[in-house]
Amino acid sequence: MWDWNYAAEILPELLSALKMTILATFCGFGVACVGGLVFAAAVRSRWKLVCLPAKGILAFIRNTPLLVQVLFLYYSLPQLAGISLSAFMVGIIGLGLHYSTYLSEVYRSGIEAVPKGQWEAATALNFPRWMTWWRVILPQALPPIIPIMGNYLIVMFKETPILSAITLVELLLTAKNIVSQSYRVFEPYTMVGLLFLLISYPASLLIQRLEKRMNLQERLPAAAGQTVKKKEVSP
Amino acid sequence: MPTSWTDFLPAFWDGLEVTLKVTAWGAVLALVVSFVSGLCRLSKLWIVRTVTGVYVEIFRGTSLLIQLFWLYFALPILGLELPKLTAAVLAVGLNFGAYGSEIVRSSILAVPKGQWEAAIALNLTPYQRLVRVIFPQAFVRMLPPFGNQMIELVKSTSLVYFITMADLTYQAMILRNNYISWTWEILTLLLVFYFVISAGIALLVRLLERKMTAGRV
Repeated sequence: MWDWNYAAEILPELLSALKMTILATFCGFGVACVGGLVFAAAVRSRWKLVCLPAKGILAFIRNTPLLVQVLFLYYSLPQLAGISLSAFMVGIIGLGLHYSTYLSEVYRSGIEAVPKGQWEAATALNFPRWMTWWRVILPQALPPIIPIMGNYLIVMFKETPILSAITLVELLLTAKNIVSQSYRVFEPYTMVGLLFLLISYPASLLIQRLEKRMNLQERLPAAAGQTVKKKEVSP
Repeated sequence: MPTSWTDFLPAFWDGLEVTLKVTAWGAVLALVVSFVSGLCRLSKLWIVRTVTGVYVEIFRGTSLLIQLFWLYFALPILGLELPKLTAAVLAVGLNFGAYGSEIVRSSILAVPKGQWEAAIALNLTPYQRLVRVIFPQAFVRMLPPFGNQMIELVKSTSLVYFITMADLTYQAMILRNNYISWTWEILTLLLVFYFVISAGIALLVRLLERKMTAGRV
């Protein structure tokens, strides 16, 4: 049933594909971090012309599947805009755009946790708006949300197999290619699953520790509901 | 050749049926699994806690698409060949059940301790404690996160396209293959379909929330 020799034979190929998976994750995360901040700022904007369309776009992206968005970008951009991007570019743009809508919510919780007096103080000091954001609000809003951002990094890592739909050769597509050559299904797919587990589980433990160290529950009331309490209760 | 985008609708209706079927069964399974495994993780017996903990971590630690592939393509090697619908519903249900168990667990833990003590003081049986005192309070807390999960679940059903189930995404890709020049219209229609479904579910959850929390402070 489980052939160790075969498993060892395909391991190098899977590991080299893992690099691509991780690269796509980090690039997508970079796009999402920047995009999320832009969305978060746009939604808070005083101008209705900025705020309302941003809200609409957020709702639309959040309510449609990543797979379909990626397919849309990959197949209809050449037709609509006349630009054809590589699978990798489309993959990180799609992944980044999708998760920027989630990260914008995380930014929002961080920004809202900054005491109102800080805004008022910045106004009193006659800071221009960009300086209020850059020097006062963001330095206080960002550190508490780092663990939550880390969680989303793991979530994005687990979503990269979807990019195999647009022929981005990451772990899953590599496994699929191996299967189509050897007709042995069990080992490749199981090993892909194990590889994902091997990375995402320790990473999530790490983030849990980070969360505890930063004592999120006290600093960020909005996030307190999401962090799982470790206390045991005997019913 | 199609003359307008409305010509694509019949194929989309067929796909919609499959998507909704996977969604509905997947949601039912996910809900059952969430409650069972959420309660198991609060069990007094360490073996029950550990076993469910392992299940939850495995399904949260790997991605849904890989679980789907594993259930559909790899499991037959072990002599268990699943029909497409069963594999899809199992993958979706078990994946979202693992996330849901955390919702159930944390919501139950969030019920103030005094409520447990009061239930014990009133000499209620363990079953009565849970069903009459704790659940009604925990359930209100569970609704918003479960609503979000439902929307994620609908979106995730698009992955069954990979095991060639004829859902919305699959139908759209078939249409695209046949009418390449209509690519962006077909894919936009697909996006709109998913948007309408998840926005509808979001609306339903909000109504339910309002009803459940009516009269509560």
